Amino acid sequence: MTRKQVDTMETGTSTTMTSRTLEKSIKSAYDGVDPVPPREDIREAAMRPVLETGKWWWTAVITLGVVVIAGIVAWVMQLRDGLGSAGYNNQAFWAIYEADLVAFIGVTYGGAVVSAVLRLTKARWRAPLTRIAEATALVTLPIGMMFIIPHLGESPRIWELVWPPYWNLSSPILWDFFAVSTYLLATVVFFYLPLIPDLKITLERLSAGPDNLKTRICKKLYAIVGNNWIGSIPQRRVLHGALGLISIMIIPMAVSVHSVLSFAFSSSSRAGYLETIFPVLFVVGALYSGVALVIVMAAAFRRGYRLERYITEKHFVRLGFILIALGATYLYLTFTEYLVDGYSGTIGNAAWVRQTIMGRYWIPFWFFVVGAGLLPLVILAFRRTRNVKGIATASVIILLAMWVKRLVIVIPPATEPLVKSPLNVASANWGTFHFTWIPITITLAATAAIPLLLLVVFKFFPILPVADMEEMAAETEGLEEDLSTLSVMASTGNGSSGNRKEIIHANI
Amino acid sequence: MAFNRQKVQLPSRTGTEITGGSCSSGEISGLLPDQDGTYTDSMHPDKSSESREGISRRHFLERAGVVGIAGALVGTGVLEGVGGHKAGAVTTTTSASQATGASSKPAHQWCMVIDLRYCNGCKVCTQACQTAHYLHKDQTWIDVFTMKNASGNTYYMPRPCMMCEDPPCVQVCPVKANFRTDEGLVLVNQSRCIGTRICMNACPYQARYFNWGPAKSAPRQPFPQEPEWPVPQVEGTVGKCIFCAAMLPMGKIPECVGNCPMDALYMGDLETDVAVNASGQVIKLSAFLANNDAVKFKESYGTHPRVFYILGHDQDLDNDEEAG
Ligand code: SF4
Ligand code: SF4
Repeated sequence: MTRKQVDTMETGTSTTMTSRTLEKSIKSAYDGVDPVPPREDIREAAMRPVLETGKWWWTAVITLGVVVIAGIVAWVMQLRDGLGSAGYNNQAFWAIYEADLVAFIGVTYGGAVVSAVLRLTKARWRAPLTRIAEATALVTLPIGMMFIIPHLGESPRIWELVWPPYWNLSSPILWDFFAVSTYLLATVVFFYLPLIPDLKITLERLSAGPDNLKTRICKKLYAIVGNNWIGSIPQRRVLHGALGLISIMIIPMAVSVHSVLSFAFSSSSRAGYLETIFPVLFVVGALYSGVALVIVMAAAFRRGYRLERYITEKHFVRLGFILIALGATYLYLTFTEYLVDGYSGTIGNAAWVRQTIMGRYWIPFWFFVVGAGLLPLVILAFRRTRNVKGIATASVIILLAMWVKRLVIVIPPATEPLVKSPLNVASANWGTFHFTWIPITITLAATAAIPLLLLVVFKFFPILPVADMEEMAAETEGLEEDLSTLSVMASTGNGSSGNRKEIIHANI
Repeated sequence: MAFNRQKVQLPSRTGTEITGGSCSSGEISGLLPDQDGTYTDSMHPDKSSESREGISRRHFLERAGVVGIAGALVGTGVLEGVGGHKAGAVTTTTSASQATGASSKPAHQWCMVIDLRYCNGCKVCTQACQTAHYLHKDQTWIDVFTMKNASGNTYYMPRPCMMCEDPPCVQVCPVKANFRTDEGLVLVNQSRCIGTRICMNACPYQARYFNWGPAKSAPRQPFPQEPEWPVPQVEGTVGKCIFCAAMLPMGKIPECVGNCPMDALYMGDLETDVAVNASGQVIKLSAFLANNDAVKFKESYGTHPRVFYILGHDQDLDNDEEAG
């Protein structure tokens, strides 16, 4: 709608009170005033984490912080004693840290799917979840990338990875490195863009409150990154365009990251790693565990910050159905992989499949099948357990089982001897991975770091996407208004031009 | 010196042509080209690489355009980074190519011959190697596997690094810590290795060993710690058989070859077409390999190993593993 049209509308022959105020608001929207009416209740709920710091917040942060510090201590011990102290040996040359890398970078995909996919498919119910999903992606990706450090034997030389003269572009590790770095950039942008309008709102709130160090830091920060937002229609149009674009971009980016991650395994000649199904398997696995993590985080923060009014059980049930679809797909892909490799019966493939299903790795393998395959299906199938508690519990089990699955992906093929000597397999020095306290503590620390960083992130940024939700609310209200206008029209016979919903829509 | 030993009397070998006779105490001065300069066999490296069929990994990548895409990503770093082993094929054994003179062609193309008919599984080779390079017990750079032949009898299979002509371990290293010299030796630069262990994954022969803890300390060595003589090992990096690269220019054969009491191991040179064992017997390599039906381990992996196995009756290398 052009300016001229708006002017015509204003001088036109509208008779009802509603449309006159409406037209005023449209004109002012072009003059740089936010056309979307603020919703106090949403703003209050979204700012709750920023403004109030309860006792439990400190308890949680300190507890989680202690776990993270324990992880750092464990890493220092590993630096001192060598990678062997983490349970590795020449047979299990890749094990827990590689599984952690895959698992933690995998869960970042939850943010991409819940936010980008649902944004693109215009699923309106997503709105209250997107900030939590995006923030989860934002904090888990750096945590996942951190696993490169304990993974390396000579971690002080990590700078060589960013030193172009040393780059060997035919190395899958370097492909991973490029892919993950690009993805990190996209994740930051994807978190930042929907935040822009909310920064302004946060700033207003903080200015009304007491003036302390934190508010001063925030004001400085927001002044740099988000002070120019006025919420006018052209601004909203640009923002929506940019969000649509990045939503489209982040999906292939996430797909490529997780498939490139799998190349480190699947581009080798080792039976059990050489799987063309790996890229797909890794992407679906990432989606699956990612959605599960978003569910767990949403459930926790909804409880902690009393957001039940906005994040409802319906959200969990819907995400639960997404979980079922992804879980079934993942289970099927795993079945395909094992079937094809086991059926072909070549020595190397038959050996690792046998070791995994009924050999020395049968416990973790079947734990995965039950924990990530069957249990969630059962929980979601029954109405009695299909509630927030049930779905959140299922998600925790899924996260654990999917982590175990990553171990099952990494360890059995690595420990399969490549020189098939009968005594080779049986000999005592043919090792497998042995868990020690060091990698377990580091893994736990990384797990604790997710809620810890989220608690901190939501101290600075609203937990609900206020602007997005207000827009949705305005649309819904517009719809209601439209209906009431229609009924007025029907009773009085008066025609009215336009309604808020249509105008906002037409302009954004 | 360890290989100053009495010559062990062995049954005569089928088809062995002893051209150079016995050379003095394990030295390989007999490997110089003027001794036996004729090679008529397809063993010649240049010839064999021309006649090789199929696509090598690097060529595959080049054809698939991956290199081009990656090039677009990083701009000028490309030319140096493209194709791991090409970029890595630096002349680090310059001292070893003393005989080349002005010619750019390297003087040697090292290889090894392992005669499984004679190996008795004593593991002296493994021990000699570990002693010389100050390795831990689990770092079996040359390992000896116990195998079963078709009739259920035991035989032994020593396995050093295969010094692949198309080495996947070099291909996958993100920081170019692995490289292949112009004399065909695949070596690890332990002062660059960051310890991702992706080369351990890539090597189809499990010939790579990590330093999981502090390396075994070693007394002062005649050479500095360098890829040709990585002694002592470096914690957190990968090590593997080096064919005793630093010894070769001095005319000495590797520790394992020089110490094998059964004369089962030969150090060979494809360039001059000769090989020598612990007793100093020198053989004409191409004829020996052809007459004894030499095979390579896991040839289907496209690595083009430079270790040749002579099989005894009923023996095989278990080559029926799935290949790429
Ligand atoms: S030293 Fe010789 S005989 Fe003994 S295991 Fe090694 S190759 Fe076999
Ligand atoms: S045998 Fe293994 S370590 Fe040796 S060159 Fe071949 S791939 Fe590399």
